[in-house]
Amino acid sequence: MLKISTSPHLQTPRDTRSLMRDVVIALLPAALAAVAFFGIEALTVILTSVAACVMFEYLVCRYWFKIPNTTGDYSAVITGLLLAYNLPSSMPCWMILIGAFVAIVITKMCFGGLGCNIFNPALAGRVFLFISFPVQMTNWPLPHWGSLFAPDGRTGATTLRMLKTFGKVSDGAQQMYTLDDLPNLFDMFIGNTGGCIGEISALALLLGGGWLIFRKVITWHIPVVYISTVVALVGILYVFTGNERFLPLPHLLSGGLLLGAIFMATDYTTSPMTIKGQLIFAVGCGVLTVVIRAFSAYPEGVSFAILIMNALVPLIDRYAVQRFYGEKK
Amino acid sequence: MIYALLTNVGILGGVALISAVVLYLVSQKFKVEPDVLADDIAQLLPQANCGGCGFAGCADFARACAKADEEEFSGLLCPVGGNAVMSKIAVRKGFNFGGGARKVAVLRCQGDCAAAPSKVSYDAVSSCRIAGQISIGSSGCPQGCLHLGDCVKMCKFGALSFDKATMLPVVNTKLCTACGACVKACPRALFELRPLSPKGALVYTACRNIQKGAIARKNCRNACIGCAKCFRLNPKVVVENNLSTIPPEVDADACGAELRDTCPTGAIVYKEKADA
Amino acid sequence: MLKKYTFPMGGIHVNKYKLTSASAIIEAGLPEFVTIPVKQHIGAPSKIIVAKGDKVKVGTLLADFDGVVSSDVHSSVSGEIIKMETTPNAAGYEETMITIKVEGDDWEKSIDRSTAIVREINLSPQEIVQKIRESGIVGMGGAGFPTPIKTSVPEGKKAEILIVNGIECEPFLTADDRLMVEKAEQIIVGARLLNRALGIQNAIIAIDENKPAAIAELQRLSKLYVGVNVRVCQTKYPQGGEKQLIRAITGREVPSGKLPIDTGCVVQNVGTVNAVYEAVLKNKPLFERVVTVSGNACANPSNYLVRVGTPVSYLIDKTLSDVAGLDKIILGGPMMGTPITNINAPVTKLTSGVLLLSGAQFCKQPSTSCIRCAQCARVCPAGLRPYVIKDAMLYDGGIDELRRLHAAECIECGCCAYTCPAHLPLLDYCKLAKQELRKK
Repeated sequence: MLKISTSPHLQTPRDTRSLMRDVVIALLPAALAAVAFFGIEALTVILTSVAACVMFEYLVCRYWFKIPNTTGDYSAVITGLLLAYNLPSSMPCWMILIGAFVAIVITKMCFGGLGCNIFNPALAGRVFLFISFPVQMTNWPLPHWGSLFAPDGRTGATTLRMLKTFGKVSDGAQQMYTLDDLPNLFDMFIGNTGGCIGEISALALLLGGGWLIFRKVITWHIPVVYISTVVALVGILYVFTGNERFLPLPHLLSGGLLLGAIFMATDYTTSPMTIKGQLIFAVGCGVLTVVIRAFSAYPEGVSFAILIMNALVPLIDRYAVQRFYGEKK
Repeated sequence: MIYALLTNVGILGGVALISAVVLYLVSQKFKVEPDVLADDIAQLLPQANCGGCGFAGCADFARACAKADEEEFSGLLCPVGGNAVMSKIAVRKGFNFGGGARKVAVLRCQGDCAAAPSKVSYDAVSSCRIAGQISIGSSGCPQGCLHLGDCVKMCKFGALSFDKATMLPVVNTKLCTACGACVKACPRALFELRPLSPKGALVYTACRNIQKGAIARKNCRNACIGCAKCFRLNPKVVVENNLSTIPPEVDADACGAELRDTCPTGAIVYKEKADA
Repeated sequence: MLKKYTFPMGGIHVNKYKLTSASAIIEAGLPEFVTIPVKQHIGAPSKIIVAKGDKVKVGTLLADFDGVVSSDVHSSVSGEIIKMETTPNAAGYEETMITIKVEGDDWEKSIDRSTAIVREINLSPQEIVQKIRESGIVGMGGAGFPTPIKTSVPEGKKAEILIVNGIECEPFLTADDRLMVEKAEQIIVGARLLNRALGIQNAIIAIDENKPAAIAELQRLSKLYVGVNVRVCQTKYPQGGEKQLIRAITGREVPSGKLPIDTGCVVQNVGTVNAVYEAVLKNKPLFERVVTVSGNACANPSNYLVRVGTPVSYLIDKTLSDVAGLDKIILGGPMMGTPITNINAPVTKLTSGVLLLSGAQFCKQPSTSCIRCAQCARVCPAGLRPYVIKDAMLYDGGIDELRRLHAAECIECGCCAYTCPAHLPLLDYCKLAKQELRKK
């Protein structure tokens, strides 16, 4: 029997599943780096988070929405990976479960599932955990390259925490750091520093970003503009104040900037649709990140910056529209 | 301490006072004279805002009722509330209300899977409007149902459902309010609003095919072939363009069953108790 | 390295599937019956001037243009008119057609059947337009706009450039490609005829880069003629769209709500230009055209010279293909073509291809939810935002919202629906939106 359908009669082989699979592939180098530096603990965090996210999405589809299971599109896997990458390796499993619940059930499925959420699920989960369990969320085990198990329970401060306290008088409980305490730039680049498990290795993240751009999953606009805005603003602060806590390179290589700029600010659903809108969004993220890093009590502001800009996306989408053919210039 | 307290009270009080003055001035400037009659009528309406009356929602219809004189009023009908509501409005307006028969929607097609088998399969977005543009439809009847349910999506009262076995929409006469949404939704104008007879019966030709009998029958077993047998039985029946149309004047109670039995293709549908 | 012209906004790269670019045009021969629709163009249906039982020859006028926007229709075969009633068209709907029983192949005496190329142009512009009108020529790229109207420039407007559209950006189709290779000189002379009719000296033949044979042939011949130049364009869909081609070649944009002539451009398909040559210098009305019969389920894909009115089923039999296992038969290209409901429907002046397709890649995939990737907006050559138009149609955004989104500018190229990773039927929503706007 002949089929009758509307044109076009061809469709791209690049469906949602294949795009999302490319994102998962792009996230793998960072997972390798995490396991290499934090050993079996990092692997536990990643597996728990991914399993929990997929499970929650499956349960919601099956028992609440009563729709065919949507976990096959890999989006829950991505949320799980990103949530894990935003946690320290010492995170207890039950807390990860809570984070996954907030990310998948509350931030994503309550809003209608894939494509309908306003906020990035992984970031919302992370911020929920960060506010609920500040002690566990700021406990940074030191990296131990080459050994699967942590040799002891040693922890240290992240680079950004060190930068935050530059030039401040120690208040007894808090240690005061100087430039000499910072890990060297090469260690920061490959990931041999303390921090969230997925954000430490700039090299792995850049590899992933390159893959995404090569496979045309994302365009360069958001990551490049976001990162350049942060580097430029920190650089300006450094030039004008002369304060070493505003050195641009440590700000670029440490903290969640690369992870956020490449993987989380570029999330389709929660970023603007037009290139013009994406530029506004990226600059906004950059400015907010620097404001939080420089002037707030928190050493790191990437998650908050992206979440705040997520809320502005509908507004940006309304006004940053592209020119149509034949429009008067 | 007391000074700080008083300052706060003063500032807040001042803000409240200024706001009150502004609010008063604005409300004076943009004052809307309430239309008591229209508001009362709106209270009587079902507030479904279906637009079945032809006005933009119940409030608009209420304003039209309030303005109407007796003659204009007789032309207005809230299809959802029906005579019950209209008579209440008439009382409020002080008019006499004659009333009319309750109308329901009927589907003028019986091209189900068995009677009008598919010759092609449709593989695109589920919309009769789009399907009708690219193809005559699976059965080959240019006037037949396209089986994609635009009407069901538009019905706000749950009176239409899609029968998976026949692939045709089914009207639940009890729930139908004759709002006319399905009449507008169907790209092939297959729905018609018909008055129920005093005993609640319906008789109509469930076909709109105007092709010659042989061609129509080739595509659909239940098609009207324009043989005019029904016309010979009851001269009020109109047969033109190879299609019989039974006007509402035909008494369904008196000759509905006969009309149905005389049709050789079963195109005439008679429901004795459509409401039951 | 040649400069390659293209349009900057949107567009996609699709798999070309050009199976028949090397197969020469074959005469399809004569079927037993032809059914010739009296409306093969945009505008009013033509007025029938023959009667049932009349004997006609190849090229006899069957229906005269009726009204301002209309076109003549000629017989494509010789024989007897046996039916003048409604006959189902490709979509299955009834349409007025003239059915002729084929008897022999007897051509009207006035038609010059020699293959010698006439190069002299001694006619005035008015005479050329008159000949085009009498030959029933319409835009053969698919739109079917009557050519005589396009060649008479309205008062107050001025034509500057004639663009001959040799871009066949639809996958599978090679009819224009073969025509350019085999009838290159005819096309160039045809372009000069149109130049003369428009009162200009500048004709540009635009070809996309995946047709090297046509480019070489036309470049060689165009050197011999003044005022005819070849431009090579990038292979990109929809490069052959009128508005996109004007932007690519001249850098001008047709302003919203205006016509191409407002930019000084007249765009004509190569098939049309060839028909103009044959009509004006050979007295041959438009009654046959090149049709690509192809598709992944076609046994012997080829390019045929087909008489208008030939049933599609005759062409399919000609390629010895089996219809039984097919998923779809498409008239035109896979991006913008229409599906066939009635396999006995006739080939018209606008049929550029018949595609026999089967397999999942040519069927609609089930759609999932929109992930807001905005790919549809990025590939839209009209610069629209199909995802917003979709939402406006689904959630009843109202006519003002559709106007604000400029839905009327959609050229229905299908880039959005092709690209959508969620396989949403975006083009269908855009078409519905356009209809909403037209209703008001």
